[in-house]
Amino acid sequence: MKKRRNLEALAFAVPALIILSLFVFYPLVRNMIYSFQSFTLSSVAKEWVGLKNYMTLFSDKIILTCLKNNILYALISIVIQVGFGLVLAAVLEDVAFRKLSPVLRSIYFVPTVISMTVVCLLFEFIYNPQIGLLNSFLEIIGLPGLSRIWLGSKKTAMFSVIAVSQWQSTGYVTMLFIVAIQKIPKDLYEAAQVDGAGKIKRFFYITVPQVRQMFFVTMILTVSGAFTVFNEPYILTGGGPGTATMVLSLHMYQTGFVKNNMGYASTIAMVIFVITALLSSVQFFSFGAEKGER
Amino acid sequence: MNRRKPKRIRVYGPGEILWLVVLFVLAAAIVYPLFWILMSSFKDYQGIYGNVWGFPKVWHVENYMTAWNKGISQYFVNSAVVTAVTIVGVVLTASFAAFGICQTTGALGNAIFLLCMCGLLLSPQVCLLPLFMLLRTLKLKNTLWAMILPYIAFRLPVSIMMIRSFFVGISKELEEAATIDGASLFQIYRHIYLPLSKPILSTVVIMTAYYGWNEFMFAAIFVDSSKLRTIPVGLMTFRDGLMTEWGVVLAGMVIACLPIMILFLLMQKSFVRGMSAGSVKG
Repeated sequence: MKKRRNLEALAFAVPALIILSLFVFYPLVRNMIYSFQSFTLSSVAKEWVGLKNYMTLFSDKIILTCLKNNILYALISIVIQVGFGLVLAAVLEDVAFRKLSPVLRSIYFVPTVISMTVVCLLFEFIYNPQIGLLNSFLEIIGLPGLSRIWLGSKKTAMFSVIAVSQWQSTGYVTMLFIVAIQKIPKDLYEAAQVDGAGKIKRFFYITVPQVRQMFFVTMILTVSGAFTVFNEPYILTGGGPGTATMVLSLHMYQTGFVKNNMGYASTIAMVIFVITALLSSVQFFSFGAEKGER
Repeated sequence: MNRRKPKRIRVYGPGEILWLVVLFVLAAAIVYPLFWILMSSFKDYQGIYGNVWGFPKVWHVENYMTAWNKGISQYFVNSAVVTAVTIVGVVLTASFAAFGICQTTGALGNAIFLLCMCGLLLSPQVCLLPLFMLLRTLKLKNTLWAMILPYIAFRLPVSIMMIRSFFVGISKELEEAATIDGASLFQIYRHIYLPLSKPILSTVVIMTAYYGWNEFMFAAIFVDSSKLRTIPVGLMTFRDGLMTEWGVVLAGMVIACLPIMILFLLMQKSFVRGMSAGSVKG
């Protein structure tokens, strides 16, 4: 009786398991196999090449550029989204801004809701050298010397692309921190205040340690986001000028679909997989179980 | 130290005033560009080129008609279909799976749950190439299913996680009474679990809608035909095709944002709840 009921219950999970296996797990396994093969989009047979694709990784100069850009992406995102986001959340939760906070919070969150394409097209207008709002703004505030061909110059292109992500996602991370800060018992702050701790002290001695779990979650979220970023460089620059804004997933896409070298592209995908799986398993095994129980 | 207490009444010190300025500058940096999109969507080429900051001299309301007729309507419908089918698929399979996991006793239930959660470890980028090949083999490439099925698959882990944690909290009394009365598992799912889970299901619906409406990478790569494009990809085609008709492109951008913006304004709480629950992965 019990066993039959168990089987019956199991049947409920079957559709999800089939979809997951077919469209998530099978592609991963397939990708691992592909990374040892050489083939094009039109080739009928796939040739086994052993570790050749993995050796290519070491002689591929673009991979280095990608890694450099992905790391830059991660570092800037950590400082602005996680670091500044936490400070911003603490400020918004401060008594002084109690009335303003709900409105500001929603405003900061709005870019998260807008699709990446719209955000990227908006920034094409902002960065546009002729009509661009940014150059025009610099002229108005008396700094015309700072105006640039933001997306077209090798020096500024990567930073300009990264800035778009900061504009879009900082409000999201801030919102996550606000949720975490609201869970901190109020008497902790009151006790600290009675002891004469100022706002800055309270931030470092109460807020920061109390939100450390969320801090960790957002760190991993932003870092794995930075290592899988695709849309922003794909839409804004296509990796250019030259290879100035090349990132791993864009390199994978171009190697596979433009240069038609699917085997090596799968090897690049494996690099992304190793990096992101490491990051998320750290998060999964330290907090996953805890989260699931809630 | 205690003597300084009366000072607490004065909430706004120099620090607070400085932060107030920072907060407003940040808000302006977000609101103004969005407002600029809206304002410029009523301008023609000359209006934008000649006067980037100002209000339109002539309000070109017809930009919206042009945008809608030149392709946005088709993209809009495709997005709506893809999003709707994805939502139905996710809600059904995820709630089924979560129910199954909760009802399976012993280690087996946990094992299935863990397996589903492994999906969280994978980013769509890693599966991009093999998914492309798979969809081609299944003859699904360049159909709406090429987006719908991967979307459902990639939304399942986080949705199962959210629904399961809600199901775990449902009291077992009703269920036990129903079992004694001879109710089948499906009846328990249909008449007890589903009606009680409306709050979490609506969060899952919103998060899936948000994802389906905005997803770009799969939509750009798995579909070539312009008739099947969804709004995020369609907008790119739209921009390339219209070159300098910026006003019309901007009108298209406004139309693209509207549904999710409205959803956000109406259901802000569910949005925040879903986004923070989903923070195990973005």
